Amino acid sequence: MPVAAAVSASTVKWTRKHLLGLEELSAEEITLILDQAEEFKRLASRGETKLKALSGTVVANLFFENSTRTKTSFSLAAKRLSADTIDFSAGGSSLSKGETFIDTARNIEAMGANQVVVRHSTPGAPLLLSQHVNASILNAGDGTHEHPTQGLLDVFSIRERVGHVKGLTVALVGDILHSRVARSNIWGLTKLGAHVIVCGPATLIPPHIERLGVEVAHNFDSILSRCDCVNLLRIQFERQRSGLFPSITEYSHLFGMNGDRLKKSKSDIVILAPGPINRGVEITPDVADGRNSVILDQVTNGLFIRMACLYLLHQQQNPTAV
Amino acid sequence: MATLLIRGGRIIDPSQDVDRVGDLLLEGKRIVGIDAPCPNPDEVIDARGLIVSPGLIDLHVSLREPGNEEDETIATGTAAALAGGFTSVACMSDTRPVVDNRSEAEFIMIQGERAGNAHVFPLGAVTKNNAGQELAEMGQLVEAGVLAFSDGRTPVANAEIMRRALQYASMWDRPIFNRPQVPELVQNGVMHDGFISTRLGLRGMPAAAEDIMVGRDIALCELTGGRVHLMCISTEGAIDLIRRARERGLRISTEVTPHQLLLTDQVMDTFDSAYKVDPPLRTERHIAACIKGLQDGTIEVICSDHQPHSPEKKQRELDLVPFGIAGLETLLPLCITGLVETGYLTWSQFLSKVTIGPARVLNLNKGTLRTGADADVTLINPDVSWTIDPTQFRSKSRNTPFGGRQVRGRAQMVIVNGQVRYRA
Repeated sequence: MPVAAAVSASTVKWTRKHLLGLEELSAEEITLILDQAEEFKRLASRGETKLKALSGTVVANLFFENSTRTKTSFSLAAKRLSADTIDFSAGGSSLSKGETFIDTARNIEAMGANQVVVRHSTPGAPLLLSQHVNASILNAGDGTHEHPTQGLLDVFSIRERVGHVKGLTVALVGDILHSRVARSNIWGLTKLGAHVIVCGPATLIPPHIERLGVEVAHNFDSILSRCDCVNLLRIQFERQRSGLFPSITEYSHLFGMNGDRLKKSKSDIVILAPGPINRGVEITPDVADGRNSVILDQVTNGLFIRMACLYLLHQQQNPTAV
Repeated sequence: MATLLIRGGRIIDPSQDVDRVGDLLLEGKRIVGIDAPCPNPDEVIDARGLIVSPGLIDLHVSLREPGNEEDETIATGTAAALAGGFTSVACMSDTRPVVDNRSEAEFIMIQGERAGNAHVFPLGAVTKNNAGQELAEMGQLVEAGVLAFSDGRTPVANAEIMRRALQYASMWDRPIFNRPQVPELVQNGVMHDGFISTRLGLRGMPAAAEDIMVGRDIALCELTGGRVHLMCISTEGAIDLIRRARERGLRISTEVTPHQLLLTDQVMDTFDSAYKVDPPLRTERHIAACIKGLQDGTIEVICSDHQPHSPEKKQRELDLVPFGIAGLETLLPLCITGLVETGYLTWSQFLSKVTIGPARVLNLNKGTLRTGADADVTLINPDVSWTIDPTQFRSKSRNTPFGGRQVRGRAQMVIVNGQVRYRA
């Protein structure tokens, strides 16, 4: 029963074999995933946490870059859908023995993986993999390119809190240059009709980004009153060492979200952070744990978004499966 | 000595401003001349319908031997050169070991002789092991027959080293080939720095990295009176600087590759490693500047920057893939199709960039059909339409983004030292 109930009522049909990024998706396809995730969340709230949809299939998590939460989230999502899972991390693997990325994936596929969730430090690595294996590929973050499920769960969390996305002003604050989360957010949000502002130090805003249809700002305070949502991207300490900004203190002074800034914001502003958060840097604890924050909802929603993605890709590959 | 008459072809020799139908006579290893009387030639080649050009010269190739024979050998690389219409290639010093001493240079020359394909002119290293620290033994290299110096893809980053290299090499009037790029501005870069790199999240290599180094080398050229050849130019800013420097009479030459003229950074959308080249593919604006530079003579040379890589090296994550295209066998048809047939360059203008242009940089008695020049001649069929098929390459490597491309024109026959060494 749950599987049939899980099928979305949307008129758009999912036709893609892989989920490589949000850039290539239409607004309708994004909405289809969000609706599917919403359905899974509704089922879970009724206690239907274990579904049979992917029973008998294998989902491989291929993580060539460190991750805890994304990997755990994908792993649990696959288990919730009754798939068997293989977890593979670069550390203890044959990669250190000189095996190539593609050969590793082919070996995992030879063990019967139907869907391969891949994270890699190189942009385009999931696309490369999709050209060399038969399994469906889900991009779980490729370098500074895209992180589609994170983008989807951010959009989902906004839609859930506000009720809609169209017409909202959403600021992405921090290191845009090195952020795959920023790029996936930009695609997802702009396609659904939000106005996106990217805000950060000039050294961390890449050239010509305004051509993606976003506004560029360097003064956080000047845009705050216009924002319906703020997504505070994680700042990586090694960026300071490479000379991209002078100090963490100065960064949080100029771009950190704190109680004072919250007071200047709309009362119902939605605070997001893809995490893991640096308390006191991008965000102060009072804001992170306050009533405007959806940070933990994001983590919960991530599970349902990943279930929806695994489910839709499986349906596309097995159209007659019940 | 045996005489060879090439009869009835369209002879184009930019060095003499010749473009007319005629007969070209060779005797032994020398050119006798155009329409020189010869009642009983030993051999006659019917060149009707073909273009008869001085043998093409590629100023910038990597042949990988010694050290990376899985990519290319001197034999396969020079066979590829012949198939591409080239009678001479100048190869980079970035082999393993590096060509920073006399015996390495002589090894490459001997291997070139053994292969018996195109002439091979090894460039010597500017610095020991291409490390940019100490000058290589240039005097010994010159005695071995080295005509110019280069650290290959590695820029001579230290300005003081470059200054001393220019001074030192000027004792033999040899040019320094430098790869103009400020290393710290392109670290870990994989493509041109611009909107497309922003969209794809790929690390960019800004045009300014090239402009700055070109400016530095021009200033050092002026300071030392040396000769600089700037390799693989790709930016509008660099070409403007070079144009002005040449107007001031500085001894600066430069080169451009066909892929820089035909492709923009837009192609990186595919994340296809075949497009990963250094300098990176840029934008329409830079391409327009390159074409203008070719038209007004600022850029004297078109080279392939032949960078063969075995398949396992290119079939990897984009960050790990080495830069470069195996370009020896595609330069001629790409330029005929993309530059001559489109009207950007006349036949004579184009051929000057692969004959007398590079010959002047290396001070060779080649690249011309003048009486007494070396008997290297390329016969080009300008009309044949064909499709580039990397599986047919004579190069050991297949890394090219041009597979499947429809082109016109190719080398029909290649004559080296008065001998026919290649027939299509």
